[in-house]
Amino acid sequence: MKVNLRIWRQKGPDAPGAFQDFSGVEVVPEMSFLEMLDEVNRDLEAKGQEPVVFDSDCREGICGSCGAVVDGTAHGPGRQQTLCQLHMRSFQDGDTITVEPWRAAAFPVVRDLMVDRSAFDRIIQAGGYVTARTGSAPDANAVPIGKPEADAAFDAATCIGCGACVAACPNASAMLFVSAKSGHLGLLPQGQPQRYSRAEAMVQTMDGEGFGGCSNHGECEAACPKGIGVSYIARLNRDLLRAASGAASK
Amino acid sequence: MKLDSRAPDGPIETAWDRHRQAIRLVNPANKRKYHVIVVGTGLAGASAAATLAQLGYNVSSFCFQDSPRRAHSIAAQGGINAAKNYQNDGDSVFRLFYDTVKGGDFRAREQNVYRLAQVSVNIIDQCVAQGVPFARDYGGLLANRSFGGALVSRTFYARGQTGQQLLLGAYQALSEQVGAGKVKLHSRTELLDVVLVDGKAKGIITRDLVTGEVKRWAADAVVLATGGYGNVFYLSTNAKGCNVTATWRAYKKGAGFANPCFTQIHPTCIPVMGEHQSKLTLMSESLRNDGRVWVPKQPGDMRRPRDIPEAERDYYLERIYPTFGNLVPRDVASRAAKRMVDEGHSVVAGGAGVYLDFRDAIKRLGHDVVSDRYGNLFDMYERITGDSPYETPMRIYPASHYTMGGLWVDYNLMTSVSGLYAIGEANFSDHGANRLGASALMQGLADGYFVLPYTIGDFLAGEKAGFNDTAHAAFDEAERNVKGQVDRLLGIKGKTSADVFHRRLGKIVWDGCGMARTKESLGKALTEIPALREEFWSDVSVPGTGADLNQSLERAGRVADFLEFAEVLCRDALTREESCGGHFREEHQHPDGEARRDDVNFQHGAVWGYEGEGNAPTRHTEPLDFRYVHPSTRSYK
Repeated sequence: MKVNLRIWRQKGPDAPGAFQDFSGVEVVPEMSFLEMLDEVNRDLEAKGQEPVVFDSDCREGICGSCGAVVDGTAHGPGRQQTLCQLHMRSFQDGDTITVEPWRAAAFPVVRDLMVDRSAFDRIIQAGGYVTARTGSAPDANAVPIGKPEADAAFDAATCIGCGACVAACPNASAMLFVSAKSGHLGLLPQGQPQRYSRAEAMVQTMDGEGFGGCSNHGECEAACPKGIGVSYIARLNRDLLRAASGAASK
Repeated sequence: MKLDSRAPDGPIETAWDRHRQAIRLVNPANKRKYHVIVVGTGLAGASAAATLAQLGYNVSSFCFQDSPRRAHSIAAQGGINAAKNYQNDGDSVFRLFYDTVKGGDFRAREQNVYRLAQVSVNIIDQCVAQGVPFARDYGGLLANRSFGGALVSRTFYARGQTGQQLLLGAYQALSEQVGAGKVKLHSRTELLDVVLVDGKAKGIITRDLVTGEVKRWAADAVVLATGGYGNVFYLSTNAKGCNVTATWRAYKKGAGFANPCFTQIHPTCIPVMGEHQSKLTLMSESLRNDGRVWVPKQPGDMRRPRDIPEAERDYYLERIYPTFGNLVPRDVASRAAKRMVDEGHSVVAGGAGVYLDFRDAIKRLGHDVVSDRYGNLFDMYERITGDSPYETPMRIYPASHYTMGGLWVDYNLMTSVSGLYAIGEANFSDHGANRLGASALMQGLADGYFVLPYTIGDFLAGEKAGFNDTAHAAFDEAERNVKGQVDRLLGIKGKTSADVFHRRLGKIVWDGCGMARTKESLGKALTEIPALREEFWSDVSVPGTGADLNQSLERAGRVADFLEFAEVLCRDALTREESCGGHFREEHQHPDGEARRDDVNFQHGAVWGYEGEGNAPTRHTEPLDFRYVHPSTRSYK
């Protein structure tokens, strides 16, 4: 089958960008979307032209490197998958497919489909951890954790930091990302001592990085390849309120 | 090349304690005067950088990905071993040590492996303290499962995402230190050379992958945590970016490269489906806890699996290896699959594959239990293949997954270059000729959290702190070489993408030095590789410039190194005239097809030393001594 592509090309964060058209690209249904882009790039390289720049690494949906807005949807059609897990069998012969980078002020475009997501790292650096010096830990079974809490923490911990939630949000908010980390650690006994300071520090950094606020659209949950729910945002907001009202220290 | 293992003599149970007593320490107040470079941010690199910073050292951390959290450790699925004996099934440090030495087919250093088993218990404690959400039972205590090559249940896991959760734990610990200013983080930065000053590693040369800037970094010691070289096969379960460049450049600076031919072909990956394929996806070994491997008894039987009656199925692992059954170690399972396919029993039309069937597990445990254990893996399989493993058996086939070989290191994890350390998959230390499932995560974190942060002090204590002379002639020369290579690649202006060369190289290495090797196949590969290399250097197309973001250049540089490395890999396989672990020479097998080791001539680590451009490398050996686990024919029957 053949598809036509409109791919966003942009030299750098401050350069103007535009769509480049590739028509009649030969594909097979078993190909992944990124393998289709590989083919496009091999042809460009053979012609001495610069390939389309995009991030990808594990190509099995866990590293969080890849991501693009395909036909208006972060990571393309299909629920709970990353771009590398999208296959060409999701498209029809003759389709025209539009491919754009994540668009958010806090994720400046590096080149073409590649964006700078280091703001996520800085949010984690601000407080997204449990302080536990190597070697100081008690026996792993010293603190039992009920399966329901462990499972809820786990669901939040599955975040891969891809940024689809930001790309999908009309406000380009990073609240789902922040709440996933605060939910993961805040639901576990190990995370309690820093629970409120963590929430405050991460949200403060998020705001400083230029992400928008959350106004409950819920687009993030729909775009999240790991299906992380907005209930974690509610939980984060409650932690922030408790911290601000002083209830957390009582 | 001097290969002094520095492994302590005497009782193995106390070796690590005695060694820690004996090595030098750096005064806490002086630690902040030392600067350590750590390259790579996977389990080993992130845990080492975080722990060194906690101890007070200044650390610079480098990764080629856009964030340290994306290192390929993230993709490990199944679990991490530890001798906790929480299941009360007879596990112990000694048993984990024994299983690992035996699983590695008696080609690892006993003292290193014993230490690994000892610190395994601390790793679990550490990770739980960081908030790693391991699986738990309803009483709130940690759960375990079984992995290949062991008769106890010692594997801790976090659904099918254990690597992700452990890496995020290490990444968060690293991030805390970045936030505290003790670690300087350089992402999207690739190491292109190691700099030696007076024979000691004192810095690195990097290329900023966004700006193209080539830069010098000085330090008091350099740690490489840059992973394995499984992508030499092109198609592998490794991430696309995984490469041999850092360890290969270190080798060219004098670090011995040990046992490159010990490569692990993982038995349970989704089979190759077409020419376009860019990578292979692993299906966790944990699936073999409940899945049954089989092929049709009749060669060429292409009926749907459900239509093949029980009597016409060959559950060949259960038949040949009744004791371990579907949980035989990886090398054994892979070769058995290959044998079945070679004999015509493939279940992939025109390709290679066997079934991994959950029908009986679903019948026994119910859909929900199976889904709870493997749900995300089943979903992953369905997403890629379009088939549901709840309805029809998975089709699997072996693929390149992990490399046991790597830079030679002593007991302190120092390479044969003074001040240059290698940790995690980048070194050769603990797995011998075959790694057991769930042991890679254990080794990466053991090296990073609990071994290197102590042993590096022994070297630093003897060094004057604060080396920062990036104007030294050694930096000039290294930078010149790096820039020279970049210019050379850009100047070729050929017609073929580096990716195409990589795929061709992968096919040569897979055919010549894959699951089964012969003198002929290796000889053929050793003629084809230099020819392909020559073609590469005259026809590779690298558009764009060096002073800019250039993914074609990144790929070409990595493929250029694989094209050199592949030759040493095949040479090592050709010289090792025995079969052991992942290295199977068809000439050396028992009548039943099992590997035949040669302990008289090959009970050693083979360490390759660089002898300059155009010269054959030299093969050195580190003899191995087994005092606790006596080499025997490895049997899982």
